[in-house]
Amino acid sequence: MRTVLCLTILVIAGTFGDLLLTRTMKSVGEVKSVHPRRVMREVMSAFRLPSMWAALALQALAFFSFLALLSWADVSLVVPASALSYAVGAIGAKYFLRETLSPIRWVGVLLISCGVAFVLAG
Amino acid sequence: MSSAAARPAAEGRIAIVIALTVIANTCGNLLLSVGMKRVGEISNWAPGALALTLLRTFTVGTIWLGIAALVIFFVMYLMLLSWADYSYVQPASAAGYALVPLTAFTIFGEPVSLARWAGVLLITIGVGLVGRTPARTTELRTA
Repeated sequence: MRTVLCLTILVIAGTFGDLLLTRTMKSVGEVKSVHPRRVMREVMSAFRLPSMWAALALQALAFFSFLALLSWADVSLVVPASALSYAVGAIGAKYFLRETLSPIRWVGVLLISCGVAFVLAG
Repeated sequence: MSSAAARPAAEGRIAIVIALTVIANTCGNLLLSVGMKRVGEISNWAPGALALTLLRTFTVGTIWLGIAALVIFFVMYLMLLSWADYSYVQPASAAGYALVPLTAFTIFGEPVSLARWAGVLLITIGVGLVGRTPARTTELRTA
């Protein structure tokens, strides 16, 4: 039971952290320059937004769930299961970020999700 | 505001930065792994001993190189998220999972199991399919 709970936290918190990072960067606006100093200035401006800190907190929660899982569960179960985040990420992108996912992108995401599980379990 | 879909030139830039992100992330993890091997296995979990191990960790140059690579990865990842869809960047970045077994086999001659080869094939086809879709489907906002 605790394994399922921690796996759920790992996948949901990690993916939702990424989705919040995306929303934050979209609200900051497109990084227009690739000059390191300008990139740093534009990226640092994202740290003024509470959503950036919420995203980092969720990432930290996912990381600690991962560490906790590794202390009792098999790596061969935990690591491939994290491939679920690709499918959850696609669903979150559609409903939370309002991205348009064409059938081709859905098929690609599902193949990658299975592929990552195979590579990590193999 | 400008058009919803990413421009072709921007898609080329996105592909290059995704490749650099994958390289920086892989290098960062490898450097941290090499660095932690130099620090040695953590056998004493008492708070004082853990603090000493943590201090020793930061005296290893490879750890700092690993952290630098991961900071570069994170900055480039944020740039990508400002340019493209999350549902494009996240799966495309999975190419790193395919690169590791390929590199292990071609450069280091390590054996790779059939399941891993199947995974590499699925990831390659999946990344190819995602790469055929527009990088951005939401409205563009300039800083």
